[in-house]
Amino acid sequence: MIEHSSKIHPASAPDYTPVAQLRDLQLGRLQATAARAYERVELYRRRMNERNMRPEDLRTLEDLANLPFTVKADLRDTYPFGLFASPLEEIVRLHASSGTTGKPIVVGYTQHDVGVWTDAMTRTFLACGLGRGDIIQNAYGYGLFTGGLGAHYGAEALGATVIPISGGNTDRQIMVMKDFKVTAICCTPSYFLHLLDRAAQMEVNVAELPLRVGVFGAEPWTDSLRRHIEAAAGIKAFDIYGLTEITGPGVGIECPCQAGLHIFEDHFYPEIIDPETGRLVAEGEEGELVLTTLSKQAMPMIRYRTRDISAFVPGSCPCGRTLRRIRRISRRSDDMFIIRGVNVFPSQVETALLAVEGMLPHYQIILTREAGLDQLEVQVEVTPPVASDRVAALENLHNKLAHTLSQTLGLRVKVRLVAPQTLKRSEGKAQRVIDRRNI
Amino acid sequence: MKIHQLSLFLENKPGQMTEPCRLLAQAGINIRTLTLADTEQFGILRLIVSDWQKGDRLLEEAGYVVNVTEVVAVEVPDRPGGLAELLAVFDHTDINIEYMYAFTFGRGDTAVMIFRFDKPDAAIERLQLAGNIIVGSTEVYSRISR
Repeated sequence: MIEHSSKIHPASAPDYTPVAQLRDLQLGRLQATAARAYERVELYRRRMNERNMRPEDLRTLEDLANLPFTVKADLRDTYPFGLFASPLEEIVRLHASSGTTGKPIVVGYTQHDVGVWTDAMTRTFLACGLGRGDIIQNAYGYGLFTGGLGAHYGAEALGATVIPISGGNTDRQIMVMKDFKVTAICCTPSYFLHLLDRAAQMEVNVAELPLRVGVFGAEPWTDSLRRHIEAAAGIKAFDIYGLTEITGPGVGIECPCQAGLHIFEDHFYPEIIDPETGRLVAEGEEGELVLTTLSKQAMPMIRYRTRDISAFVPGSCPCGRTLRRIRRISRRSDDMFIIRGVNVFPSQVETALLAVEGMLPHYQIILTREAGLDQLEVQVEVTPPVASDRVAALENLHNKLAHTLSQTLGLRVKVRLVAPQTLKRSEGKAQRVIDRRNI
Repeated sequence: MKIHQLSLFLENKPGQMTEPCRLLAQAGINIRTLTLADTEQFGILRLIVSDWQKGDRLLEEAGYVVNVTEVVAVEVPDRPGGLAELLAVFDHTDINIEYMYAFTFGRGDTAVMIFRFDKPDAAIERLQLAGNIIVGSTEVYSRISR
């Protein structure tokens, strides 16, 4: 730690807290968070009472493992504000992300929470080697999605110059990147690939631009894709991790060592469990990441099951950060998938199909990557009630399905009507999602 | 008055026509006429067969989605203006022809066409009032196959 202290930005200091001191800090914050959740949120109180537990029973960090989990369905069941631990007058921001039933899940932030988030995002950018003088093109979507504003606040607090360009309009993105002498970009890795392809068509060589850092996240990607991006664009590409339920982007980030993602443990406490048994796995073993917020007021999360599969990276990081690292998220423990930064559940597809057809046809979701952009196709078997001798009727059905699916999922969906009995049936659980993206 | 047409949903890719035709052939069901409507993604094969009930059962058992539709077979004078005169019957009515196609064989100086109307009964009434000959379901096969 000492050898780094001379160049550590003051905002990054918590990243280097000595481990013993960090654990003390975490315990104190955990106890306060559990007490707040118990006193103010009916769901947490009931769950803890059912186990005859009180917040005072948390005497060590290990005791956390006795607390019940929180799952995504809890956010849905308490929609929209049921998990808030602060009165609405104290909530300064609401965000939302797609849920399993067409209803989004809603998260709230007090002014303090926005500060926590901003702190985590500032430290995220610092870990990527960014600072004052950098020009950050923030191509994450601005709006209910946490990506845009989360990165924006962090970049501003950092003292960098932020371009709030949001997603889309690729030609303009490339023009801005070139003309504004952008040094860093935030977007999904698949969008960046698309941007590279388009730039090549426009005869812009991204590798020759001042761009030097990419902060990529909101969808799973691989090390081989990282190597490709770094070589093609002449940049260093960092994997960022976050989720709306916990705060948004800024839960974890890679450092220049690129050997796992440091979790901002002073705000978000990580555990890895066996998704089947719910028990903690041995250090370094793979399992489901579970997160507990330590600093948030409006929506404390106790042992939230992220469904993301990862593992702790053993040992200490050469960068000197004492924050534990997790392996890059490779997959999820449920059938949710992420496409272009949007969370999609097969059940959402079912909801849309049901709405149009009145009954659930056999269907399959095909994910592909065309020209660097993720594509979602839903193949739907034609059933007797919707079959027709008229082309117009079937085309009408096709258009209605495409429209309703796109509306429900919030992204463009290709629909293909297929003949009955042509989609593969499997024994037991139907394989609804075929991922051909090779990620 | 009306005859039964079988419609099959097919995907628009090579080889899709073979299997239903083979199934009908094996059961000794004759295809009297057919038409194929196609889009980029899919096709609809419309068939008039010698035994529509048997054909329907057979194809459905084989896993096809079969639509049975009532269509109207009408004699059309086989001379210039024959069809135009017939269609004039529907001027100033709200009867819509969804689609139409011809039998491959006519008889003497008439052709026979299949019409899919949105209001088949109203269409038949108008046609008959104008003196057109509607070909009935039992009739259609014997007349045409001679």
